[in-house]
Amino acid sequence: MSDDARSATAPGRNSGGAAGAARAPALELRAIDKRFGAVQANRAISFSVAAGSIHGLIGENGAGKSTLMNIIYGFHRADSGEILVHGRKVDITSPQAAIAAGIGMVHQHFMLVENFTVLENVVLGVEGGALLAGGLTAARRELEKLARDYGLAVPLDSMISELSVGLQQRVEILKALYRGAEILILDEPTAVLAPQEADQLFKMLGRLREQGKAVILGTHKLREIMAITDRVTVMRQGAVVAEVMTKETSPRGLAEKMVGRAVLMQVDKCPATPGAALLSVTDLEVRDRLGVPRVKGVSFELRAGEIVGVAGVAGNGQSELLEALAGIRAPSRGEIRLGGRELVREQLDARARRALGLAHVPEDRLRLGVVASFSAEANAMLGYHDRPRYGRGLFLDGVASFAGCEAKMKEFDVRPAQPALRISAFSGGNQQKLVLAREIDADPTVLLVGQPTRGVDIGAIEFIHRRLIALRDAGKALLVVSVELDEILGLADRILVMNGGEIMGELARAEATEEKIGLMMAGVRGEGGA
Amino acid sequence: MSAPGTLPRWAELGLLPVINLVAALLISGVVIMLLGESPVAAFKLMAAGSVGTQEGIGYTLYYATNFIFTGLAVAVAYHAGLFNIGAEGQAYIGGLGTALVCLWLGAWPFWAVLPLAVLAGAGFGAVWAFIPAYLQAKRGSHIVITTIMFNFIAASLMTYLLVNVLIKPGQQSPESREFSVNAWMPSATDVLARVGVGFAATPLNLAFGFALGAAVLVWLLVWRTRWGYALRVAGENPAAAVFAGIAPPRVIIGAMLLSGALAGGLGLNELMGSQHRILMDFPSGAGFVGIAVALMGRNHPAGIIVAAVLFGALYQGGSQLSFDMPKINRDMVVVIQGLVILLCGAMENVFKAPLAKLWHGCLARDPKPTGGTPAPR
Repeated sequence: MSDDARSATAPGRNSGGAAGAARAPALELRAIDKRFGAVQANRAISFSVAAGSIHGLIGENGAGKSTLMNIIYGFHRADSGEILVHGRKVDITSPQAAIAAGIGMVHQHFMLVENFTVLENVVLGVEGGALLAGGLTAARRELEKLARDYGLAVPLDSMISELSVGLQQRVEILKALYRGAEILILDEPTAVLAPQEADQLFKMLGRLREQGKAVILGTHKLREIMAITDRVTVMRQGAVVAEVMTKETSPRGLAEKMVGRAVLMQVDKCPATPGAALLSVTDLEVRDRLGVPRVKGVSFELRAGEIVGVAGVAGNGQSELLEALAGIRAPSRGEIRLGGRELVREQLDARARRALGLAHVPEDRLRLGVVASFSAEANAMLGYHDRPRYGRGLFLDGVASFAGCEAKMKEFDVRPAQPALRISAFSGGNQQKLVLAREIDADPTVLLVGQPTRGVDIGAIEFIHRRLIALRDAGKALLVVSVELDEILGLADRILVMNGGEIMGELARAEATEEKIGLMMAGVRGEGGA
Repeated sequence: MSAPGTLPRWAELGLLPVINLVAALLISGVVIMLLGESPVAAFKLMAAGSVGTQEGIGYTLYYATNFIFTGLAVAVAYHAGLFNIGAEGQAYIGGLGTALVCLWLGAWPFWAVLPLAVLAGAGFGAVWAFIPAYLQAKRGSHIVITTIMFNFIAASLMTYLLVNVLIKPGQQSPESREFSVNAWMPSATDVLARVGVGFAATPLNLAFGFALGAAVLVWLLVWRTRWGYALRVAGENPAAAVFAGIAPPRVIIGAMLLSGALAGGLGLNELMGSQHRILMDFPSGAGFVGIAVALMGRNHPAGIIVAAVLFGALYQGGSQLSFDMPKINRDMVVVIQGLVILLCGAMENVFKAPLAKLWHGCLARDPKPTGGTPAPR
């Protein structure tokens, strides 16, 4: 706790200065500028974060949040501007320098060695000598103390690969604290977490705040900003557009500042009028590569003109269910009926299922939905390249695929509307719009959608939700899998809740509440349970 | 956000390979200097020997023909996400197919022998590639390992066949009898004479045209057909291929069949066009040079033709050099070739970051250049 003592006494030593009356903020940024080639990623960014507070940094994807956080942590260097830690100017040239200045960072993608234990990961780089044993014993004592102080219990001798994502994140936080971090930066920390795990994270951050740490939380989720932060800085196009006390603002106000225009938080829709069952699933079981069942005897129906939402903590079989329905993963048991055919016994692959009118917007866009190194044009026909419209006989028709992509980009407002541009150069939201455009364009009768708005910014979320509801109103059947409860509640007409590979219950939208769904997600069987 | 470290396309495709080549030649020059010869004189000799005369050009393009075939073979597999190390063995076995047709049907007229010889060469090469492909697609045996092994199996098999079966009776060296003249690929000299152009007598023959044709065919197949699209999707992202309903195992087998067939084209040049018989180890490493050619040519047919001609020139200029400068023997020429492969192939991106920095430095009006800005990861 010597660091705490130092930060507490620092203002006293500086009392001769002009700002002597106030306690110096833990971190202060002054006019940070950063340019990548022609792109101004950060423009005159200034704000300060007090010790013992949580500071939100919110903005759409590409607003410059990550660049700014990477500058604070020394991955990038600012072109100009100053960084002050506890009132003293510091020159952060590298992550090592940042750590020395008491700054720690938890990245969106963890930087852990999978086949090392927690303890080994924490001491990695600060082993304290050539021999491991002494350092490890000292680290174990220190970590047990940290775990007690902050409620950060982690099994120190477990392999990282055995831990859940939430626990892995905890290890990253411990790593930063072990290195003496007084200022903790988190970049989109909940992107990989289930709602419950996110709540636990927030509790932990609350405890860090009580202990006098300064926390910077970079996110594009308004809910998180409102739930946990004290102050919030809103960024748009590389610049700060607002800095406010969280108490004095509202989600709607923040959203408007982020996007630069008014946004609808909830898409209006009329009640569903479900028709005939288009897709029916009976006793479906899906096993993973090791033979462990991930979906255990699931049965449900999907009717024309309704959106069925699948809620659940990530990793409870939703992904496997979706992949089995789409023809990417072979189920070990059960039936899937679509348009008079039985897809499992007939072993129809994704292409054959598309021909029957089953389209799929995958959960993991970059792994399944697009080929990152291909142009938007080539991606706009993925899964449909065999269709007559894209060519004649063996040959592809470049004019047709270009025109097809242009039309989709126009209809779905994909920006920039350049079919020849690599798909990886588009933002997540625009990639998702193009994938959605591609699957809807084929006029499917059943559309499977996994995480419709994962990594998508607010303006695009609203657009995507509208399109999905329009599709429902056109008499299609939609299955939407999402870990965002808000999204399920906003879109679905009927909600299935999964836990441990089983459907715990079914709720009509009218009777669904966050509490009811939350209980089922935790494994309590509802009355409508299968 | 444009990441620093990107270059415009023309610079990446045109400028970077030239810089790599110059660097390789500079290092080679130092090596030549250490041997006590003048680098300038040596390079002059190489250039004159490879492109300075009609003979030189003929030999250069004759070597390049082999490299185009094997380079294309490696590139097709590469686009399907496969590293085919086995072009050498596939060319060896493919040549067997071509030679068998030429030996057995040599009495037939050329126009009848030619298509059969082409088909047999491609077919035998494809069969040799099929086995590793099947093992990769259905059993998950790594194609790098199996194709290397199949090079050895091909070499042993051919040694057996040449020593025991195909050898011309009453002869010491393991090679077949000469093909009948009907089964000879017309030489460039003869072909050009027909249109009234004189050209020196060299091993360059019509197979060069077949190689260029194969390059066009590969370009069409890979970039302009539905099959090529599926191939590239499976190569870039197998999971997305399954999502799209493309079966990666089928792509693997199809791509390797084509790859083997292309490697099998080498026999047209080497056996029908030049040696007019089948002999031990006639691919003589062209299958491996094909890997370097494909790498340097960025796995694109146009790039492969350019790279193949460059390597042809290195081969031809190198033999000229070892002939005229006794201190520089055959092995030194291999060292120079190795340096070119190292810098243009394996280390192709070494100069990319500095060049990109230079590029952005010229464009951006950076008020405070910070020198050692760490590259973002």
